[in-house]
Amino acid sequence: MKKYLSFFRIRFIHGLQYRAAALSGMVTQFVWGIMEILLFRAFYEAAPESFPMEFQALSTYIWLQQAFLALYMTWFWEPELFHSITTGNVAYELCRPVRLYHMWFTRSLAVRLSKAVLRCMPILLFAWLLPAPHGLTLPGTIHTWFFTLLSMTLGLLFVVAFGMVVYMSVFYTISSQGIKLIVTSLSEFLSGAVIPLPFLPDGIREFVNFLPFASAQNVPFRIFGGDLKGYNMYASLLGQVFWLAVFLVMGQIMERGALKRLVIQGG
Amino acid sequence: MNSIRLYEKYLLIHLKSMMQHKASFLLTTIGQFLISFNIFLGVRFMMDRFKEVKGFSYGEVLLCFSITLMAYTIAETIFRSLDTFETIIGNGEFDRILLRPRGSLFLVLCSKIELTRIGRLLQAAVMLAYGLNFSSITWNPVRIVTVVLMITGGVAVFAAIYLIFASICFFTLEGLEFMNVFTDGAREYGKYPIGIYGKTLLTICTYLVPFALFQYYPFLYLTGKTPDPRYSLLPLAACLFLVPAGLLWNFGLSHYQSTGS
Repeated sequence: MKKYLSFFRIRFIHGLQYRAAALSGMVTQFVWGIMEILLFRAFYEAAPESFPMEFQALSTYIWLQQAFLALYMTWFWEPELFHSITTGNVAYELCRPVRLYHMWFTRSLAVRLSKAVLRCMPILLFAWLLPAPHGLTLPGTIHTWFFTLLSMTLGLLFVVAFGMVVYMSVFYTISSQGIKLIVTSLSEFLSGAVIPLPFLPDGIREFVNFLPFASAQNVPFRIFGGDLKGYNMYASLLGQVFWLAVFLVMGQIMERGALKRLVIQGG
Repeated sequence: MNSIRLYEKYLLIHLKSMMQHKASFLLTTIGQFLISFNIFLGVRFMMDRFKEVKGFSYGEVLLCFSITLMAYTIAETIFRSLDTFETIIGNGEFDRILLRPRGSLFLVLCSKIELTRIGRLLQAAVMLAYGLNFSSITWNPVRIVTVVLMITGGVAVFAAIYLIFASICFFTLEGLEFMNVFTDGAREYGKYPIGIYGKTLLTICTYLVPFALFQYYPFLYLTGKTPDPRYSLLPLAACLFLVPAGLLWNFGLSHYQSTGS
């Protein structure tokens, strides 16, 4: 455990060094958030009765999405990991007295967290200062805060576990390009990154809610904004636990299988 | 004339090198298609639910989206080298370009022609055809010319932004990520007519970065929201954005000191 913790620390501190990139990313995130809210406001003015959630819950969703983009972006991959598999450099990693799965899991977690830590605070503060329905609205009860945090953690672990499955799949296919493309575009849409899931048409929405991707940003952000509560909230949390477990197990089985038949050609 | 022939030669070289890796080319093309298909799905589902936005119907929004996407994609195909200019400066390739007996900007453009964007271009073309058919616009020659002008103006505006981005690289020697706001952002949010985002943004996009000049105003005329045909000429005004961008490029070029690599 201790070695993974120090590995986490190394990666985390490494990630914190890119301050200029973080600043630049933040500016982009601000603009994105504002544009997104202006866009949804236009729709809201057109037909408020067709709006599937409270406007302020939507604004909250959008600002959380911008602030925590680094935690939940499914299109973010570490090229080094793909590269080390295709070139065989992964052999060096296998010499170490750690498990590959655990080490890469820690690494992905650290990278995402270090990116998010630098960016989230200014964005959240700015969004909180914005006037009423357009800004970030804080939930009133400690209960909601607790479940948001719990759900955010589950969602983050799920995104990392999902990424691990994709990394592991490269052991079997060698070329990562095709899988990456399809996974990226599918998961983007199905996780609610393009439009929040409540805005999908009826039949499709129910179906998408059952898919694993709904367990990422969709759940915590909607709990925080007060859109997801009561029975639905507990069901979604259970769904998160379920999909997290499935992907953790799947990734580790794939790791075992891959390492068993792995041949390193020397060189 | 000579330059055009040279450009054709470069184009052929890029095409040939691309075809060396057919599978990779195909996958990237599909990827490009899928990514903008996501945006399309977003528009589709939103319009399904709300029927119209600020008086624009689904067909009209689709037409607007396809025109913006078309302009963006053409611009990205031709001017991709400017978008990644920091690598050209960083690896010393620009120093080599300066030694050649041709315009440096022309040679930079020739150094990279992004043919993988064909996936996105295809999608824009299909959507344009669909939008043209189903937007209940009565077509006449002026309106058809308007569409062509809108695309041309769009390419010019995006080209100018790429040019500004590249010129900044002369001083910073690396790219500024937030410039993406103007390119990716315009593609992302230009899917709807800019007017729906409100007055403030419309003003910014009219006077500061002229997105609205090629997208929103001529589109108003196209959809019959204004009878004034002068609106359809505004994309030409948007092309003027190239002038300050070109000046900035020349200014940057004259102050360029090699990176020494």
